[in-house]
Amino acid sequence: MNTLTSAPTLQVNEEGYLKNYQDWNRDWATEIAHQYNISLTPKHWDVLNWLRAKQAEGTALSVRKVGNSGIVDIKEFYALFPGGPLKISSRIAGIPKPASCI
Amino acid sequence: MKTILILGGGTAGTMMANKLRKQLPIDDYKIQVIDKDENHYYQPGFLFIPFGIYQPEEVVKKKKDLFSPYIDFILAEVDRIEVESNLVILKNGATLSYDVLIIATGSQVVPEETPQLKGKLWYKDIFDFYTYEGSVKLAEKLANWQGGRLVINLAETIIKCPVAPLEFTFLADAYFTEKGIRDKVSITYVTPLPGAFTKPKATKMLSQLLIEKSIEVIPDFYLQSVDNERKVLISYDEKEVPFDLLVSIPVNKGSDVIERSNIGDEDGLNFVPTDKYTLQAKAKENIFIIGDATNVPASKAGSVAHFEAEVLTENILSYIKGEPFKEKFDGHSNCFIETGYGKAALIDFNYTTEPLPGKFPFAGLGPLALLQESRINHWGKLAFKWVYWNMLLTGKKIPISHQMSMAGKINEEELIKK
Ligand SMILES: Cc1cc2nc3c(=O)[nH]c(=O)nc-3n(C[C@H](O)[C@H](O)[C@H](O)COP(=O)(O)OP(=O)(O)OC[C@H]3O[C@@H](n4cnc5c(N)ncnc54)[C@H](O)[C@@H]3O)c2cc1C
Repeated sequence: MNTLTSAPTLQVNEEGYLKNYQDWNRDWATEIAHQYNISLTPKHWDVLNWLRAKQAEGTALSVRKVGNSGIVDIKEFYALFPGGPLKISSRIAGIPKPASCI
Repeated sequence: MKTILILGGGTAGTMMANKLRKQLPIDDYKIQVIDKDENHYYQPGFLFIPFGIYQPEEVVKKKKDLFSPYIDFILAEVDRIEVESNLVILKNGATLSYDVLIIATGSQVVPEETPQLKGKLWYKDIFDFYTYEGSVKLAEKLANWQGGRLVINLAETIIKCPVAPLEFTFLADAYFTEKGIRDKVSITYVTPLPGAFTKPKATKMLSQLLIEKSIEVIPDFYLQSVDNERKVLISYDEKEVPFDLLVSIPVNKGSDVIERSNIGDEDGLNFVPTDKYTLQAKAKENIFIIGDATNVPASKAGSVAHFEAEVLTENILSYIKGEPFKEKFDGHSNCFIETGYGKAALIDFNYTTEPLPGKFPFAGLGPLALLQESRINHWGKLAFKWVYWNMLLTGKKIPISHQMSMAGKINEEELIKK
């Protein structure tokens, strides 16, 4: 994570996902988003906040769930975070990487 | 007389009814279970039916025979729950009241969620194996299939038994090899996740299996629709994967009852918001959820339902005595992973500990290898069917604690710290 310059350096795991949910802040998120060439718009923030809220509730997350969140549909989710929307948005939102049990 | 009403008499509902019946006096507590299906299916067996390893009749029993005496089994479809008035309304119009409600309505596959998945090729060149019907139809197909491009696709990440699709893939490799046509079959595993394995230790220990078995993995593929004419899968970002034979794990959803009762998670997948430690509904204190029906971030598996049942039995006893909850569910899950050729691996983990390598102490069978293939693990997997019918469902104790134990596990980080 030596690309982190302006943002405070936070503890991340070997794949760059934030270790402590509470450490997260907007500057850090903005910086991580830049690594994916994403400039965060209000819509992005709505998605990120929703993901964080769900994570705090202890709910398992999936792309379809984001698509049913009322914030974006799945196509829009892809447009906001191209490539792997859940894996990228989770990293920016400071929540664990979406994973199976193995 | 008080009533404990259980919706769904599958794995979790049956265990809860039988466990609670042992604890609650017959004169004071009525236990009722409602299910719309007279048959109980041993769902882990659906994995083996397509390959002729199990015959269909081996995985079915009549539900009514699986309950201990003094449990009322009602064969009926639930329409909805009226949470505020403690009532359950059946499709036939009958109304039941309860003091404590347990929701155990499980999770089901809904191919209709994906455009054209259940189109003209359904049960011709496109199959699921998560249902009795699908696994039986797939067995007929595989018996006559001459080869081509076999694609296994997960339409969603939150599915019951998350390892079953991989097991299917490994068993398919062995099946075609033993049939002598492996060279005519290509096997591709298409997943919306970043890989077939996603947890660091499991990836390190088990990825080699995919290479050894010549299984191609296409990650980050999120299915939007199926083109039945061209026989291709199409993703949301317009990637395509062609198939000759598609084995699909369609989107999984909770029961329609949840939707009709308006108690599902806001995301519309009909899983019920549940306290992940106590298993109490977020909506109301006299409602509890168990098994695949919850939205807790644990695997949707029979072993999980079993560990949850131990916790929930204690918690319901506390609840009816008006005492604070004593037990907490830690997300413990324990699953065998069939890898083909008479071998299997084993994983054991919880909410906070990923599957780790090492040994899993198991009274009687001896220590089992974690995250590693072995023959004993395969015997364990096959023995699970007997354990399921004769011990799990009947509510007997099995010698594995509901709380995950670190005994035998190797945690490199811990070793480094020492
Ligand atoms: C292919 C496959 C392989 C698997 N392999 C394994 C394995 O190796 N190990 C493991 O631990 N787990 C495995 N599982 C998962 C395991 O079978 C489930 O997690 C477990 O059965 C969940 O139990 P449950 O009681 O929550 O749901 P279920 O057992 O599915 O029961 C739900 C019940 O609710 C009833 N119901 C739903 N809606 C209504 C309604 N409206 N009215 C009345 N009744 C209703 C249904 O008829 C059903 O009987 C596998 C599953 C599949 C599909």
